[in-house]
Amino acid sequence: MTSSNVRKPAPRLEETRATVEASLQRRYRRERLFQLSGVFAVLISVGFVAFFFTTIVGKGYSAFSQSYIKLDVFFDPAELDPRGTSDPETLAGANYGALVKDSLQSLFPDVNGRKPKRELRRLVSTGAAYALQDLVMDDPKIIGSRRELWVLADDEIDMYMKGNVDVEVDSRKRKVSDAQIEWVEQLRESGRIELRFNSVFFTSGDSRDPELSGIWAAAKGSIFMLIICMGLAFPLGVAAAIYLEEFAPRNRWVDLIEVNINNLAAVPSIVFGLLGLSVFINFLELPRSAPLVGGLVLALMTLPTVIIASRSAITAVPPSIREAALGLGASRVQSVTHHVLPLALPGMLTGAILGLARALGETAPLLMIGMVAFIVEAPQTPLDPSSALPVQIYLWADSPERAFVERTSAAILVLLGFLLVMNASAVWLRTRFERRW
Amino acid sequence: MLGEAGNSDAGAHGSQLKDKSVSTDRIGDNEQFATVGEATVGDPILSIRGCNVHYGETHAIKDVSLDIARNEVISMIGPSGCGKSTFIRCLNRMNDTIDTARVDGDILLDGEPIYAKEVDPVLLRARVGMVFQKPNPFPKSVYENVAYGPRIHGLARNRAELDEIVFSSLDRAGLYNEVKARMDEPGTALSGGQQQRLCIARTIAVNPEVILMDEPCSALDPIATAKIEDLIEELRENFSIAIVTHSMQQAARVSQRTAYFHMGHLIEVGATDKVFTNPVHRLTEDYVTGRIG
Repeated sequence: MTSSNVRKPAPRLEETRATVEASLQRRYRRERLFQLSGVFAVLISVGFVAFFFTTIVGKGYSAFSQSYIKLDVFFDPAELDPRGTSDPETLAGANYGALVKDSLQSLFPDVNGRKPKRELRRLVSTGAAYALQDLVMDDPKIIGSRRELWVLADDEIDMYMKGNVDVEVDSRKRKVSDAQIEWVEQLRESGRIELRFNSVFFTSGDSRDPELSGIWAAAKGSIFMLIICMGLAFPLGVAAAIYLEEFAPRNRWVDLIEVNINNLAAVPSIVFGLLGLSVFINFLELPRSAPLVGGLVLALMTLPTVIIASRSAITAVPPSIREAALGLGASRVQSVTHHVLPLALPGMLTGAILGLARALGETAPLLMIGMVAFIVEAPQTPLDPSSALPVQIYLWADSPERAFVERTSAAILVLLGFLLVMNASAVWLRTRFERRW
Repeated sequence: MLGEAGNSDAGAHGSQLKDKSVSTDRIGDNEQFATVGEATVGDPILSIRGCNVHYGETHAIKDVSLDIARNEVISMIGPSGCGKSTFIRCLNRMNDTIDTARVDGDILLDGEPIYAKEVDPVLLRARVGMVFQKPNPFPKSVYENVAYGPRIHGLARNRAELDEIVFSSLDRAGLYNEVKARMDEPGTALSGGQQQRLCIARTIAVNPEVILMDEPCSALDPIATAKIEDLIEELRENFSIAIVTHSMQQAARVSQRTAYFHMGHLIEVGATDKVFTNPVHRLTEDYVTGRIG
């Protein structure tokens, strides 16, 4: 190659220049094409993300408000406490539904007949009676008085208020009858029905009635699991990463362990669910549906990710720092704990939080350990049966009621909010604690 | 045109090499690697006998014997990859951190073998300090950089003593006046030359007997280099210094003795001016006159 080049006469300067200029056009065209395809790819992905967000937000935002109806409730002593004993058991067992029915009847005194009365009764949620019960139990002195109260409307009425009921459809084919629509319009005119912030959604657990259902029980289960998952996976993962990166000898066994850690990171999550079922529930006999077991399973699932992220954070610390410490007479453990670990910590935390974010959205392993149950009460401890946010989304997506559609999207929004906060904190941690050298 | 010029240049270089290799009054040739000169001294602080280093299959240091005298600066010179860095990294067992490295032979510090089983490398490195090629201050404050060594070895009983050690070390490294108002700034914010002097201050804060310097000026500009060289001259009063350098001028300026390494062999050791002006071995002459390296 070289010898043939040498023998050839060197090209004249003008010729070289002409050759280069001739090729310029083509080179620039290629460059433009390359850049354009990149821009195209970015546009496609941004488009999908935008589409995803507009659908979810568009469907879900309405769940953050809820229809309430204003009733004038007379706490009738004859109904609630006929003997005047104020005995809590009598009060708890009283017929509060009748109070609601009476106050509705007083709003629309013309309604007669069993069927119209039943339809009228169904303007408000069954939860209204429980709300009245709570009021009386809190303060029995309320009996005998008349109060203006805002009570939850039924979910179908709520759907009508939000414009999700097509009035053109034949009345037999829709859930809201013509009479109900008329009453709602009358209520609207008199200012007795309005959309308010939906606090129920954030404070209660699951329910068969969409207007009474909320995400708090599921969110609390998720929070318990995340705490357990982080508390286990982070220290274990960091310790494993430090040992493998700084202390382990280079031999076949360590190589085998490394390969298997990388393989574990790619194992489908449902397999971890099966593992959790057989080890934690069947063998260790931990309770089913408990966030404790869920957290353990998610910790197993997150561990390889944390190890891999921590190892790359450790390798990113320049060897000169270790040498400096060792050269001063620091032991290997001192060089790691005093210098390598503080420098690698932001990267480790970032990796762990991203792993955790993945665990937060994980559904499949939770199905295997029974966290797919219908849970009304928020768990008090990690041993109580609980649901999780993604599982709740899955359950609601399966429900036939129209009102659960918006709740599904709203729950997705809440889950996305969680993820956003976690990712933002990962970025914040990185920029806050990252050291330059 | 360009091709021709490059070609003729290479040819000239080649023929020059051939011309000079024909006649010489130096001893040795490319096959003869036995050390010439004065490798041993009376009462050495470090004494290396028959040192061999292997990196896996690679034989990096081949049967090197050398003494390092007290309060002297000895420079290690030689072409890239000749093993001079590997050699000084044996002297404080820094090669222990490389899994594949194996060091054989006897290395005695004050008459005690440093590779003996009962010797703790941590203690050894407190006695044989090291300054590295690239300034590598910890990403901590200037003060903490210097205080780190005394702290882990428990050299100071209280804050006042620690202050004393830190400030005097910085002073001896000629850095105190430049950084006295910047004690809490990160060490990495100093200039390159200041960083390297900070690393020297950090090393002398532990009060070692020997300081190893692995090309300490290769990343610095000439002014910073001059400062470090002055500093080395001053430090000689209290420490023995082994310095690896690529610059023969630097070796000539700072060291009393010079050791020339070639392909893992110690070729020649002697008084610096003798090695540079009147080398015994032909390879040494080729190197110091700029014909190889």
